[in-house]
Amino acid sequence: MPRTLLRASGLTRRFGGVVALDDVSLDLREGEVHAVIGTNGAGKSTLINVLSGEISASAGSVELLGYDVTRLSQPSRALAGLGRSYQRSTIFPELTAMENCRLAAQAALQRPWAFWSAARACAFTAARAWRALERVGLRDEMDVLAGQLSHGKKRQLEIALCLSTAPQVLLLDEPMAGMGAEETERMLSLLEELKADHAVLLVEHDVDAVFRIADRVTVMVDGAAIASDVPERVRANPEVQRAYLGHGQEP
Amino acid sequence: MRRALKIAPAILSLVGFGICPLFADAYALDLLSKTFVLAIFALSLELLVGQTGLVSLGHGAFMALGAYASAAMLRTSDPRSFLLVMIAAMAAAGAYALPVAALSLRVRGMYFIMVTLAFAQLVYYVFHDTKIADGSDGTYLGAAPRISLGGAPLFDVTRSLPFYVVSLTVLIAVWVFLALLARSRFGSALAGIRINEQRMRAAGFQTTSYKVAAFVLAGMIAGLAGFLKASKDGYVNPALASWHQSGAVLVMIVFGGVGRLAGAVTGAFAFVFLEELYKSEALFGGAAKRWQLMFGLTIIAGVLLLPKGLVGLPDRLRRLARERAKVHA
Amino acid sequence: MGGVGFLIQCLNAVQYGLLLFLVASGLTLVFGAMGVINLAHGSFYMVGAYLAYALAPWIGAHVQIGSLHGGFFATLAVGLLLSIAFGYALEWAFFSLLYEREHLQQVLMTYALILVLEELRSVLVGDDVHGVPVPAWLAGAVPIGGLLTYPVYRLFLSGVCLLVALGLYLLLSRTRLGMAIRAGASNREMTQALGLDIRLLNRLVFAGGVALAVLAGMLAAPVSSVYPGMDGQVLILSFVVVVIGGIGSVRGAFVAALLVGAVDAFGAVFFPQAAGVLVYVVMAAVLLLKPEGLFRHA
Repeated sequence: MPRTLLRASGLTRRFGGVVALDDVSLDLREGEVHAVIGTNGAGKSTLINVLSGEISASAGSVELLGYDVTRLSQPSRALAGLGRSYQRSTIFPELTAMENCRLAAQAALQRPWAFWSAARACAFTAARAWRALERVGLRDEMDVLAGQLSHGKKRQLEIALCLSTAPQVLLLDEPMAGMGAEETERMLSLLEELKADHAVLLVEHDVDAVFRIADRVTVMVDGAAIASDVPERVRANPEVQRAYLGHGQEP
Repeated sequence: MRRALKIAPAILSLVGFGICPLFADAYALDLLSKTFVLAIFALSLELLVGQTGLVSLGHGAFMALGAYASAAMLRTSDPRSFLLVMIAAMAAAGAYALPVAALSLRVRGMYFIMVTLAFAQLVYYVFHDTKIADGSDGTYLGAAPRISLGGAPLFDVTRSLPFYVVSLTVLIAVWVFLALLARSRFGSALAGIRINEQRMRAAGFQTTSYKVAAFVLAGMIAGLAGFLKASKDGYVNPALASWHQSGAVLVMIVFGGVGRLAGAVTGAFAFVFLEELYKSEALFGGAAKRWQLMFGLTIIAGVLLLPKGLVGLPDRLRRLARERAKVHA
Repeated sequence: MGGVGFLIQCLNAVQYGLLLFLVASGLTLVFGAMGVINLAHGSFYMVGAYLAYALAPWIGAHVQIGSLHGGFFATLAVGLLLSIAFGYALEWAFFSLLYEREHLQQVLMTYALILVLEELRSVLVGDDVHGVPVPAWLAGAVPIGGLLTYPVYRLFLSGVCLLVALGLYLLLSRTRLGMAIRAGASNREMTQALGLDIRLLNRLVFAGGVALAVLAGMLAAPVSSVYPGMDGQVLILSFVVVVIGGIGSVRGAFVAALLVGAVDAFGAVFFPQAAGVLVYVVMAAVLLLKPEGLFRHA
């Protein structure tokens, strides 16, 4: 039985009178891709924000690699092995792809007092960055300014930035947003590769892609998780069918 | 070749300033020294605004604190060590910068700007309206700080030539330090925070701590500038903490070019130059009294026409020339 | 202090607070609707005060509206008309250049505007400190609690500010224009959907902001005198009000302004040496405990 790397228990988040997350529990095992789907406003973004630490939970807990990180800030969780990619690319446009990844990698080796040593001379960050770019297939674009990359390549860089800190758990927020068919294929095969040595939580809108790659699927409706199981059983779940049919979609 | 072209102006200026004392009179040396001190002040703000992306409208407070701390250390006619007073001044400025940073960074954008202004006004108020210092009249220093070697005083820092050398040396030292800082891990982290704080946090940087550190460091360097100013003038006055001073230093770095250390220094020189120019009755006669009007209009023109400041001028001219060539081709 | 003394300080606090609210509301409106911070907002307040000083004798001499009351209101009316025209022109010529620019550039441009306005004021009216006489019909004092009296003008001042605040509230909450203003810079589509021309809206809002500051200055002139440097003081206090009151909240600005007024009035009595510092201490406390301000988005 593979290890559980991330566990969310009874996560609840209220904004004033609105309950964005309603007692959501799920877990993430090593070697799996666990997808979270749901219609707009179902609470997927809130879930990922609470898991990554950007928003605090009103109730419930988050456990990373066995440790309770509910009270930890996002940077602390990142250093503990939690990586996150964003729906809207959070790259550094005026730096090259390599510089982008080196900067992210630097987080693991912060020495702010060493003002005399150049960041560029750091072998550690160079190695980490190179490996991350290689993994996502951007090795040839290493010295291209990030802002000048195509949309698909920017999304790849977004994943590379996430990988630069060598996390064990990956929270990916709609990595395939705005991608065409070919780019989606490439991303899917990348995810297939990544899941071998990471645990991946994938929030996605593209339900077809999700059902191809996910080992487990959690369906969210109105802030609550109505199903959390292997894809075939989720698809057959009457509640899920009702939720999607009710919103005019079919899983 | 490109690299040489970039450093050339700096080297030339350095040589120029080096040989200045040979043929310049005391007035000119004093003017240049005053500009060097302002350049140090501007460089400290550049760290905050240009590198970290935090716009502060209250930076004058730190220069004032440095100056007043110096005055406090030199109350009696007993001259204290230059180094000791300098450290005290920087510590005083840093001590105020820490809580101000911690509180101000709880808000963002325009609110951050407003809050920094308010905290500077607090300092102005304390020096201007309370009995802590001598109020709006300002305070005189009892003695000048002394540079001595093994007990024997080397030279009088407050005289034109020694001060010129000292202020130029400090300016170069600060510039080199900040340049090293910019290419260090700390500096690149600050740049990352400026460009995309979200990603920096997601990677594992405690961005608030970095911002506080930058703020305190900037405050301390401003305190250093305040110490130098107080030492030379022999006099401190609350106007140093006024928001006009904070506005002026912001004008300097934007006018010179935000994002580059050379921009801050250039901006300081341009500021002093323009001030002297517009105040010159020889050129403008009676209108010289209205120099602030022309100054304001110049600032507006500068912001509109030179978005990258004076240091961006060569690039801009080059680009304009290229566009014209394209049209005529 | 005694009950009556306390009451007097309360009245002072309210009067000062309401005046500050007038200024701060103009600032908040412009910021909320157009996303521009105007450092020169304090300068408009100063312009108002100097207008009161300069216009009053001129109007008194040239305008006859029959009764004594006419002079004062005529001054106010002329001042307001001038300020609206001035605000309209300034938006068209200068402020429209600031939208969409970075904060830093906005700060610099409006700082430059302060310098220009200060110098213009210096040229037109000089640098002296002036007193402005309270109009005769408001010059009396009302007896309070037997021994003490309270100036009628200050009560009148509070009353006018309260009316304006009420008008502002009605405008913002009950009219389409108000909705568009509240939608703000972040919601241009909504403004267009309401059928309003954005450029016209900007000009009106800006002119309104200027008018509020000028009105405050004109009303305040008899009680606070007219001096160079009054622009900086009121500007910074307006900033403090906006920070304490809360991001984008006019209601918050109202409460915060009254709070600042109270701190100032009572502070002057209990801690005369440190009175000016107290306001910043309160601001620091708000930043510590509730950085988003007392009221979030109202």
